[in-house]
Amino acid sequence: MFVKGLRCRECGRAYPKEPIFVCEWCFGPLEVDYDYEAIKRNFNRNELEKRPPTLWRYRELLPIDGEPSFGLTSGYTPFIEAKNLAEALGIKRCYIKDDSVNHPTLSFKDRVVAVALTKAKEFGFKTVACASTGNLANAVASHSRKGFDCYVFIPADLEPSKIISSSIYGVNVVAVEGNYDEVNRLCAEIAMRYRWAFVNVNLRPYYAEGSKTYGFEIAEQLGFRLPKHIVIPAASGSLVTKIYKGFKEFYELGLVKEFNTRFHIAQAEGCAPIVHAFREGSNIIKPVKPKTIAKSIAIGNPADGVYALEVVRKTGGVAEAVTDEEVIEGIKLLAETEGIFTETAGGVTVSVTKKLIQRGIIPKDEEVVVCITGNGLKTQEVVANSLRSLIKVKPTLEDFKKKIKAGGE
Amino acid sequence: MKVIVRIPTPLLSLTGGQKEVEAVGETIMEVIEDLERKYPGMKERLCDEEGRLRRFINFFVNDEDIRFLDNENTKLKDGDVVSIVPAIAGGYDKESMGGGDHA
Repeated sequence: MFVKGLRCRECGRAYPKEPIFVCEWCFGPLEVDYDYEAIKRNFNRNELEKRPPTLWRYRELLPIDGEPSFGLTSGYTPFIEAKNLAEALGIKRCYIKDDSVNHPTLSFKDRVVAVALTKAKEFGFKTVACASTGNLANAVASHSRKGFDCYVFIPADLEPSKIISSSIYGVNVVAVEGNYDEVNRLCAEIAMRYRWAFVNVNLRPYYAEGSKTYGFEIAEQLGFRLPKHIVIPAASGSLVTKIYKGFKEFYELGLVKEFNTRFHIAQAEGCAPIVHAFREGSNIIKPVKPKTIAKSIAIGNPADGVYALEVVRKTGGVAEAVTDEEVIEGIKLLAETEGIFTETAGGVTVSVTKKLIQRGIIPKDEEVVVCITGNGLKTQEVVANSLRSLIKVKPTLEDFKKKIKAGGE
Repeated sequence: MKVIVRIPTPLLSLTGGQKEVEAVGETIMEVIEDLERKYPGMKERLCDEEGRLRRFINFFVNDEDIRFLDNENTKLKDGDVVSIVPAIAGGYDKESMGGGDHA
């Protein structure tokens, strides 16, 4: 409807709407090219506010031609003013955009998969697949159960509960003996030989657009304005670039008046290629071998790293990393202050936010949006040994009184 | 210095289908200039308008990514193997490539 075709992000060459992802000329990534004039005539705040609360309320800004066919209940997740966390961090206002309760697979990947599978159906694919650190596999496995054969590829050493959260849907789970970057390389090779829709390989230009809805919702839920600061976890770097694109589209369509958000990137020290480039003032992302408990964002060779870095630099943001100990502290801090149990990536984001406030990069009298993209129930193993021990009592009042010295009697 | 250059599938039309070609140069940049002399049109595929290496093509010298060496100024010695690999389109043709990369 509103998609003209694809365009190379590097050299600008135009391509038709097909399941392709690389420019044949300069090898740059392809990006969806919209007819914004037509969108402007069909999409406005009044119209938007009448629509159901799912990610498809922004359908004019998503790259589908027909009706949405997947993820019809996904998106429009809670946006919370986190007063307790703000107090703990010593900042005036802090908001949480909470995709840990996205429907149905509890991460922001429900968004991208909704778009990718709708597109896979439009292209007539019979088989869908993905390379994943866990959350994407969960989403592809869940959403694809009707209408596709499904293969999800994951590193064999993933957290057990993340593996089960894919297997439960009865799809083919392929555990690859290697890290995510090796899984991804294998999938790229398979994608060249099989007519399969790899959502984050040959459908990547379409798939990635789904992440914009996370940004659209923030703008809408803030009352049609954009935040001063946003802290985003970075794996491939795609989410950062797409939230930026989402904000920019809302600004250019006149849905928000100002756009001066500073974009900050959060990574784990054990896998921080974007942060390293930022610290060194370099434009080159040097791949690393990941070694961190934050497996969902452990991508050593980030596909959109250079673009994510550009967003950080041009918006006056910072890329920062935290240790695995700080990741766990971050998970616990969010749970104890706001009652939200996030996964390791969320711990990274909370702890980086804390660090940026302490360093004065995010001033205490400003506001920040913290992006929580996944659910802690999927990675319980990582915090199991750093929690308060159980209080074990016999089923008698006497023993209870002996063990627990609490007031209130 | 005389080196072997491995050509990825999308650039084979420029080398008449040869997956490996010889080139001469002290550095990666000089090798690209030599490839351009032998196979006109090669440089604009590998370098942007300002003459810098395109960002989504990786170069490997004997399987080492030049981003870990000295980039386009990486020094070469006789017999080195230079692989040209599109960054996000791994696995065009395994035999002719140094390896795929991320997607």
